[in-house]
Amino acid sequence: MNLPKPFLTARQTQKVGYAALAGIAVLTVIPIIALFIYILIAGLPAISWEFLSGFPRDGMRSGGILPAILGTLYLTLGTALFSVPPGIAAAVYLAEYAPDNGLTRTIRIAMINLSGIPSVVYGLFGLGLFVLFLKFGTSILAASLTLSIMTLPVIISTTEEALRSVPTSFRVVSISMGASKWETIWRIVLPQGLPGIITGIILGLERAAGETAPILFTGAAFFLPNLPNSPLDPTMALPYHLFVISTQIPGMPIQIQYGTVLVLLTFVLGMNLIANFIRSRARARRHW
Amino acid sequence: MDKIVIEHLSLNYSDGTESLKDVSLRIPANQITVLFGPAGGGKSTLLRCINRLNDLADVTMLSGRVLLNGVDVLDPHTNVTELRRRVGMVFSRPVPLPLSIYQNITYGLEIAGERRKARLDEAVERALRQVVLWDEVSDRLQDPAHALSGGQQQRLCIARVLALQPEVILLDEPTSALDPVSTFKIETTLRELRSELTIVLAPHSTQQAARIADTAAFFLAGELVEMQEGEKLFVNPKDPRTQDYIQGRFG
Amino acid sequence: MTSSNPSLESTRPPARRTEWIITLLIRVAGYLSIFYVALISLFLLKEGLPALTDVPLSSLAGKFWYPIEGYYSLWPLIFGSLTVTLGAALFAVPLGLGTAIFLSEVAPKWVKETLKPLVELLAGLPSVVLGFVGILVLSPFIRKAFDLPTGLTAFTGALLLGWAAIPTIVSIAEDALYGVPRSYREAALAVGATPWQVIWGVTLPAARSGVLTAVMLGIGRVIGETMAVMMVTGNAPVLPSGLGALFGPVRTMTATIASEMGEVATGSQHYQVLFLIGIVLFALSLIINITAFMVSNRRTQRVERLLS
Repeated sequence: MNLPKPFLTARQTQKVGYAALAGIAVLTVIPIIALFIYILIAGLPAISWEFLSGFPRDGMRSGGILPAILGTLYLTLGTALFSVPPGIAAAVYLAEYAPDNGLTRTIRIAMINLSGIPSVVYGLFGLGLFVLFLKFGTSILAASLTLSIMTLPVIISTTEEALRSVPTSFRVVSISMGASKWETIWRIVLPQGLPGIITGIILGLERAAGETAPILFTGAAFFLPNLPNSPLDPTMALPYHLFVISTQIPGMPIQIQYGTVLVLLTFVLGMNLIANFIRSRARARRHW
Repeated sequence: MDKIVIEHLSLNYSDGTESLKDVSLRIPANQITVLFGPAGGGKSTLLRCINRLNDLADVTMLSGRVLLNGVDVLDPHTNVTELRRRVGMVFSRPVPLPLSIYQNITYGLEIAGERRKARLDEAVERALRQVVLWDEVSDRLQDPAHALSGGQQQRLCIARVLALQPEVILLDEPTSALDPVSTFKIETTLRELRSELTIVLAPHSTQQAARIADTAAFFLAGELVEMQEGEKLFVNPKDPRTQDYIQGRFG
Repeated sequence: MTSSNPSLESTRPPARRTEWIITLLIRVAGYLSIFYVALISLFLLKEGLPALTDVPLSSLAGKFWYPIEGYYSLWPLIFGSLTVTLGAALFAVPLGLGTAIFLSEVAPKWVKETLKPLVELLAGLPSVVLGFVGILVLSPFIRKAFDLPTGLTAFTGALLLGWAAIPTIVSIAEDALYGVPRSYREAALAVGATPWQVIWGVTLPAARSGVLTAVMLGIGRVIGETMAVMMVTGNAPVLPSGLGALFGPVRTMTATIASEMGEVATGSQHYQVLFLIGIVLFALSLIINITAFMVSNRRTQRVERLLS
């Protein structure tokens, strides 16, 4: 028997293949690390108390970014207000009440669609419904409502998962002692799911805080000399401000741009870290 | 006097696991009635019918009556919450609620609307004394319940039911996950509780059935094969199938 | 019968009414997602459909996007989106799947636990930050590397968006690979296959529906991407001609909406056409997501994963 000798043996092929896969993974990850280090190094010198607490001056070419920071805070809180209560309620419905039928399937398809709609289309929708039809104008209210619909599916799905992970036996015991379904949910299921729910809320809001396209025509302002007075005022916001100073203003000092990126990233990733911290701490403490 | 009377009870689940076929029996008050037989015979299902826990399951067919003090609990107008307070349930695995020891026992009372601290304190001590757990945990009532040992947890679960001062308690293989010492403690407790309430128990072994039964009922494939006083049944069963099972020829 | 407790026959106690209301609210919230999708469709159609009657067909089907003079052809924008998306997919699919396979099948646990959070970090990067890095780092590099007049090209956008789509692909594909039962792999190993052969011959084919879902949703993310693509692709709404188009400026559908909606008069033709583009994007995302939902074999989807 004289079999043709393969170019590589199976073992050698595997070695080469593994090395290639590792190379791909590294190629994917290295730029991520590089990016964060780069922004940290480039942005840090710009950070000062004046930068964080001052208003933009000289056509935004100097001064601080306080209105943008506060604006993003307002928008995030507004989004939370409109997305958290219905999101949790919807998750309770899906996890505890929904029958396994066509309607429930339709709800799930709708959620997946909501999560896939391009952010700029949300912007169009917010403009059509909240700004024009409901006459909220370009405002914090309209922008928050727009962002809240975008955030809803994240909150629903993470909350549902948190509720489903609570063991069924707790529910059975509670009901066997005379508690009703809602009493069981309120006293046992929701408190036990709470860390997961909070994690989901933060992850949803993190996304909302970093978005630009949905607020472009619903609530974001290029520049405002004063802070907003009411939810019906427009506001500056970090992501939009970054867009403005990096593309719309000639001769913009690079320092301020890097500083703004760093603040935005700290805001967004800080939320991410908090969410992960809550999740891992709850997992470590949980006994079921 | 018969506490519970079951008349022509039949039941099927949608997944076809266990079922009951025209079961009729009378459960006497202030006794331990044992339902035993091989797995899937319908013991758990019967227990769950008595306090309507089967409402949570996917039941496709249900007929017959379950009378508690002469009232049919299967009636759709039954106040299920009230029923479950009067007929408590203990499960095979100890499932303490994710609360403190104290809160586990007051859970049912608080659901029932009891807010008075003194009443709750009193109920906790009484219930824990009934299951002989008071001396072991009285100094750490605020600790999480899951920190207790398995045997302690199961006694806590019994205390949790007793705190509601039920008329009946149902126990579904309550010692299957426990060591012999814990099992012995729980069986002793149950014997003492007899004077105050009616106990229906599905034991996890024939030995336990024989040890503890005042009255025993043998179930096979959803049917009640025979029922009589425990002492008689285990010594001299009427039905050959019961005899075969007790002697270990199948099951 | 003798106890003083409330009777077993008593009907609903008053507490039941509050509970009934709460349950009703929960149920209504449950249907909210359907309501929102319907509401979004309604408003996009309401604002966008008039374009089909108000704007001459010759303009919509023409060759130019030049709104000031009434040329509203969607073709240059569709081609722009297509160029960037295809380019991004060519880049993201191999890298994403490769990384997913590496993490799920090859990497030791500690490597996986280090790399995965990093990839997830990328998923949390705001689009505008991505665009910023694109302008400052990637585009000058591309301009020099390919000796181009400008670094703001379709290729720059494709590279950036492809990279940004990687977390979506990695996350879903890795889930699918992880979900392949261990027994499949062990059966193949038992008959003498090397782990490498098992990956290609057993694990990947077994996870194909999940992998396909990953690719589709990754592409969906690229099509919908707005800020980054607007910042780095040069904003030139021209019909790409030939392969060279990849290295010239383009304008995608999303970028067009984002950059022009701020300046149009409400209800004008231009306004209507921008909403029409929104309808196209909305329909595309519906098609992609519903197909992905069907493909993923009715497995309950975890939307959070799809988002990233």
